[in-house]
Amino acid sequence: MAFFDFFKQKLSKTRPTAAPREDRGFLVFENTSEVIQAETLLKKRGWTVHVMGPPPEINSGCDLVITFPLIEELNILRQLGHAGLAPLSVMPVTGPLLQPVGLFQVKDFGAYLMVRAANMKLVVEKQTRKIVNISGGGCPDVPYLAQEMVGKTLDEAPRPRQIGHTLCGYALELAFEETLTRCAP
Amino acid sequence: MRAVVGTVPVKDFPLTVGEVTLSGEVLRINGETVPVNRGTPALLAAAAKAVEVAGAGKITGFLVGDIGLGDGSRRLYDYLVRNLDRFDVEAMTFHYLQPDVDWHNRVLFAVESMPRKPLLIADAGFMYAAKMSGNASSYDLFTPDVGELAFLADEAAPHPFYTRGFILHDENKVPDLIRRAYAHDNAARYLMVKGECDRLAEEAGVMETVDTPSVESMEAMGGTGDTLTGLLTALIGANGMSITEAAIAAARINRVAGDSANPTPASQVIELVHQLPRAMETVLGTCRHH
Repeated sequence: MAFFDFFKQKLSKTRPTAAPREDRGFLVFENTSEVIQAETLLKKRGWTVHVMGPPPEINSGCDLVITFPLIEELNILRQLGHAGLAPLSVMPVTGPLLQPVGLFQVKDFGAYLMVRAANMKLVVEKQTRKIVNISGGGCPDVPYLAQEMVGKTLDEAPRPRQIGHTLCGYALELAFEETLTRCAP
Repeated sequence: MRAVVGTVPVKDFPLTVGEVTLSGEVLRINGETVPVNRGTPALLAAAAKAVEVAGAGKITGFLVGDIGLGDGSRRLYDYLVRNLDRFDVEAMTFHYLQPDVDWHNRVLFAVESMPRKPLLIADAGFMYAAKMSGNASSYDLFTPDVGELAFLADEAAPHPFYTRGFILHDENKVPDLIRRAYAHDNAARYLMVKGECDRLAEEAGVMETVDTPSVESMEAMGGTGDTLTGLLTALIGANGMSITEAAIAAARINRVAGDSANPTPASQVIELVHQLPRAMETVLGTCRHH
């Protein structure tokens, strides 16, 4: 549904509620102008997005949100960021109060350190700061990220936030950031 | 035949369906070659090696290139929906695919049109979609690691990235997480939970555990969970093995192969794959004596 179609419905007091779709997320923006621009941009780039009224749990931002394919959050946020349209917040449709994983599990193998964020694990050789393994995850960018990052140092390797596309890529970015902190030169 | 559906991390890799063989360190399928790293190629390498050693038929791959944009996965889903009715498959394993509930449901519906319903195994992204869709119980086996089990146990999480913090992915909590996953209908008929201790479970609880040999570095190696899933896919039906027997044998073989590779956290999964023939001989020989 295009933005203005939604607006007509809203005026006729048939405000739709966000239909629960398990693999969708909400993008919350500061104002309606940003919603319109973001919707236009994302549709133009081929994503299936819809403008809707926000669920009651969302208490900031404007009176409209965009639903989008949650798995592709990392790619979509990157595209919006490049266009100067970074949202105020992002959340799953199934649980608007859910937060990205915030706990890291760290395992010391002596010469190597493994950092786990959600379902993603990144292993570095401490002395050289070289990424020696990446594992876990289930989205197709994980083998791709491993291919591009393993064998490179933390300084040389491309960041998951730059070349990843999915929530698994996003989790790997968090593991990468934690590893940078723990293996600072 | 046994089938594996998944992706390879090469953007332009064409949609390819055919028998998969392992030649040195590369997979071959319909004239295409795929290096064995982690993900579906690692799963296929273990499966192809296992059927070769066991003389247990062949592995058919349904592969496409996808680097995370989902375009390849959606082309493969579309192919499956249109063509699955032509394939007679004993066991079908879905692996690294872009999680998409709508396409998942269409594929699951297409499975009903196959000449016989295959045993359905899901791991990685397709398992995420299966859980999100509410159709987890349509599957015979999920093969999560402990982090993914926590996601299955969290009825609210749409992806492991959003698993709530109080649902700890702690090895000691695994039996609780298994109970919780079944309580919310987010588990397959069987779960093979991969970790420091591999656990085969059903709704009533843990059926069997495999924890030796214990190879600490395997946790750090990318692809060791994929090889386990590949092995069990290959072993189903081999010498009359049931799905649960195949899962336990696969867990043992994977550990023995890992141990033989004498890995460090920097080792790559192909080193484990090279050890599979001897590990299969050790484990399956042992099984015959019991």
